[in-house]
Amino acid sequence: MSEYIEHDKTGSSAGLIEKKFYTFADQSDEMILENGTRFGPITLAYETCGTLNPDRSNVILILHALTGDSHMAGFYTKEDSKPGWWDIMVGPGKGIDTENFFVICSNIVGGCMGSTGPGSVNPKTGKPYGIDFPVITMGDMVRAQKALMDHLGIEKILSVIGGSLGGMQVLEWCVRYPRMVISAIPLATTTKHSALAIAFNEVARQAIMADPNWTGGNYYSGEKPDLGLAVARMIGHITYLSDESMRQKFGRRLQEKSDFSYDFSADFQVESYLRYQGTKFVERFDANSFLYITKAADYFDLERQYGDGSLVKAFSEVASKFLVVSFTSDWLYPTYQSKTMVKAMKKNGIDVSFCEIEAECGHDAFLLPNDRLTGLIRGFLEGVFNEVRA
Amino acid sequence: MKSELDSTRFDLRIIASWIKPGSKVLGLGCGEGELLSFLKKNKKVNETGIEIKEERARRCIEKGLSVLQGDINEEILDYPDEYFDYVILSQTLQQVFEPENLISSMMNVGKRGIVSFPNFCHWRLRMQLLYSGHVPVTKELPYEWYDTPNIRVLSINDFRSFAGKLDYRIVKEAAINMKDNNMDGEVVKFMPNMFATYGIFMIGKKKT
Repeated sequence: MSEYIEHDKTGSSAGLIEKKFYTFADQSDEMILENGTRFGPITLAYETCGTLNPDRSNVILILHALTGDSHMAGFYTKEDSKPGWWDIMVGPGKGIDTENFFVICSNIVGGCMGSTGPGSVNPKTGKPYGIDFPVITMGDMVRAQKALMDHLGIEKILSVIGGSLGGMQVLEWCVRYPRMVISAIPLATTTKHSALAIAFNEVARQAIMADPNWTGGNYYSGEKPDLGLAVARMIGHITYLSDESMRQKFGRRLQEKSDFSYDFSADFQVESYLRYQGTKFVERFDANSFLYITKAADYFDLERQYGDGSLVKAFSEVASKFLVVSFTSDWLYPTYQSKTMVKAMKKNGIDVSFCEIEAECGHDAFLLPNDRLTGLIRGFLEGVFNEVRA
Repeated sequence: MKSELDSTRFDLRIIASWIKPGSKVLGLGCGEGELLSFLKKNKKVNETGIEIKEERARRCIEKGLSVLQGDINEEILDYPDEYFDYVILSQTLQQVFEPENLISSMMNVGKRGIVSFPNFCHWRLRMQLLYSGHVPVTKELPYEWYDTPNIRVLSINDFRSFAGKLDYRIVKEAAINMKDNNMDGEVVKFMPNMFATYGIFMIGKKKT
């Protein structure tokens, strides 16, 4: 996901929000990961907004994309220059209305935004895990989030919502905990990465690992593999845009010059933009986390893990009501991938709505202000909430 | 005060009167979900709609209806056999490229099919054809030959013989006239193929 700073003019801000932490799976109770290893302790960063109603029927769980964090909306301090990553959607009167719903956004294990990840200190050695961090899966991420829900005393989730990698977590939630998830909104996502998506991830990972500062993942006491991570970000960023959005945003315009410089500086605006995105990204993201999370996304394959190769079978226990949304210009997770999951849901008699929103801005469309997406989410949530209370 | 019943199209009210409460309903080409909303509210049905236009599908979902954006001919194929109690094709049959295939799909995924369409053999159309020398244009069929989405021209009698040929049983039928606002109307009993503007049929499989 890219970073956007637009505000939603239709609703007010979610206000000041505090980042919270929950630590579990300590020595006596380590989590057994999908790769078979025992792992703990695990800390998850999360944030909440809105008020839990007495019967705990208004819980919404938001799951973020690859480089996101628990800061979905609002501000940490009054001095913050920009709000959380989905401030356009989450807040009082917005698509996910915090006047009605208690909204939780959980970070992921393996990340670097306050949860346990490769950059965290291994209590057994006193040093950062680095590459000794176990390879985690979408299932591990979701099981950790389930532990957080248990801790918060939440037994039913009105809706689990997320786009891209967040959408994969949404699907994993529905398959793994079918009785807990009343409804789900997977946006701009897929049930398994295409070769194209894996290929881009692999190029990004190779860029990191080819950086001499990566040093086998043990860079925490010295120089970081910033160049590699910046290139990885640039690659990722291209896949989030579209031909049309790049033509509109940059075209062949030059960056603060009237002619080519005939060297390898950033002549074109698009070059300058990508370099800027790359350098900005390394300030906030850990290269090893990028490796681990992209690998988890590549491994994610619902039909392989839950359906012996059949997506229809993978969804056979699922009981949630779905709203699946894709975007016309998303070539990273194209509409046909959403349609494939919708088809498998229909074959199981699952209650599913689907909409392909006409949008020019590519995969990132789910993060950008879009009245149509806001209207869909708002209407769907109202409907589900009414059914639950009926 | 106008009741909600009066503000729903007359033909949709006839269809709604045929639907058993609490049943599973699939609406093909459901538009902005007028009929499905009405059925959900008044008959507590479990609704699904299919609509090809993004904007209309969105309007439905915003109302809390379960609707899939897509082509009815393709989207209908993915459901389990007889999953729905009723599959409704309202005012769309005349625009379907392969009616035989679609109706057979309807009867696969549904126990009953409900089909409504404008009657192309209403006396006004016959008169226009006879006296004006032009292909008829009416309130029910307002298009010119060059911009009409209606590629199938059929009458109430035509549908009856079509159902017979395909071995479907006609469970219920109504021939109706709708007033200008489409909210009021009447059931036509006398020579419906001549005097009704619309035909509505419920079909079922032949008992074997």
